[in-house]
Amino acid sequence: MTAFPTRKLEAYRYADVDALASVWSALASPERIEIAAQQKLQQIWLPDADPVQVRRVEIALEAGASANIFALNTATTYGRIEIDVTLADGAHFGLDAANIGGGGSTLEIVTTVRHIGVAATSRQTVRSVLGGKAVGSYLGKVAVAREAQQTDSVQSVKAMLLDRGATANCKPELEIYADDVKCAHGATVGELDPQQLFYAAARGLDPAAARALLLEGFIADLWTDIDGDDQGIADAARAVLRAIA
Amino acid sequence: MLKITNLHATVADKPILNGLSLTVPAGEVHAIMGPNGAGKSTLAYVLGGRPGYEVTAGSVEFDGVDLLGMEPHERAAAGLFLGFQYPVEIPGVSSLQFVREALNSQRRARGEKELSGAEFIGLAKAEAAALGMDAEMLKRPVNLGFSGGEKKRSEMVQMGIMTPKLAILDETDSGLDIDALKAVGAGINRIMRAPDKAVLLITHYQRLLDYVRPDRVHVLNNGRITRSGGPELAHELEREGYAEVAA
Repeated sequence: MTAFPTRKLEAYRYADVDALASVWSALASPERIEIAAQQKLQQIWLPDADPVQVRRVEIALEAGASANIFALNTATTYGRIEIDVTLADGAHFGLDAANIGGGGSTLEIVTTVRHIGVAATSRQTVRSVLGGKAVGSYLGKVAVAREAQQTDSVQSVKAMLLDRGATANCKPELEIYADDVKCAHGATVGELDPQQLFYAAARGLDPAAARALLLEGFIADLWTDIDGDDQGIADAARAVLRAIA
Repeated sequence: MLKITNLHATVADKPILNGLSLTVPAGEVHAIMGPNGAGKSTLAYVLGGRPGYEVTAGSVEFDGVDLLGMEPHERAAAGLFLGFQYPVEIPGVSSLQFVREALNSQRRARGEKELSGAEFIGLAKAEAAALGMDAEMLKRPVNLGFSGGEKKRSEMVQMGIMTPKLAILDETDSGLDIDALKAVGAGINRIMRAPDKAVLLITHYQRLLDYVRPDRVHVLNNGRITRSGGPELAHELEREGYAEVAA
């Protein structure tokens, strides 16, 4: 049981703590997933209808195991996806996630990826599309232990702001104690390209449809690696984009 | 079909079009030629309604309607097609999805029935084949990684799918090798040569006009038409240069 966090904690600095308090009792102990050596796990995390949705998960991967998470974070008041991952030798963690919201929603993806074995890999791709006064954050820490040589880690974080009142926070963070590692990270915040918007309009798309289509393109890569049925995550993302575009 | 009267336009407060008048009747192809900086692309963008291109005086009638009072997407639905000099890349959106949504959006605006997926794919494949373009390319993101020639063929495929009344083609011949030039020229003739359609070809060079014979040629200089004539005017320009002919 963890104590209720405050915004003084780095991992909660952008959190909606009032909303968090309403669901905290069920969450104080994170869900724990253990993946045995050489086993593979894929999960697709779809949003539900609750205005506040918080998911706290710890994933421990043994040697050669892999976990691929595809997540859509769209709660209308507060959505938080918090993942703490530990990677043994040769294990792999993949996260493809989107924060999509308008109005006054606060959406955040907070990850800690601990490389403790050699030659483990992690790939995190996070896209945020934010309208209204929404706040979308990615706080991602990659911690590479002294023994975790040949770590290969990538964090790709991009946010698209649709309105002046929207805010994106992107913070990839590295803590590296090994010396033979590759840790790439990139973060951009932008807005829709006026040339693309005019091109789409010139072909007959009204402004909202043009924005929605470009935004679909912006997040399109997230779902391409899903193995098998996508369980409707692409359609669900499209529906939310259309609503805020 | 298109009647431009005393059109003045500015870009970033700089006057570019200075009293341009031009009439293109239905059934005709008109070419606009002119040196760099004459205002050719500005004219295309003003007619397409691009933000930042501000009309300060004059009027444009398209099929009897005030074109300048319409939003860009409404102009498309009304039957105007703007072929881009530099077709824009849209990552993550396939050409098929882009064109289908655009076409159906136009059809909805006109009160017509939307095309089903199968109907649309059939149409897109036929147009791609007619333009000598591999239909597989339509599955790729819009214009992404296309060569200059592929982008212009793709514009013509889009035009063939949308069957506009009026095409304004901005330097559609730039960046084309001779095979692509022939294919694009044949595409313009096939799609747009009809009694109820018209074309405004904006070009720097005479060579496209060997494949798409214009009914009239206009010289644009300093934001206005300084000379008009028959197809022979294009040859005269090519021989003697803009400085001689259009001054």
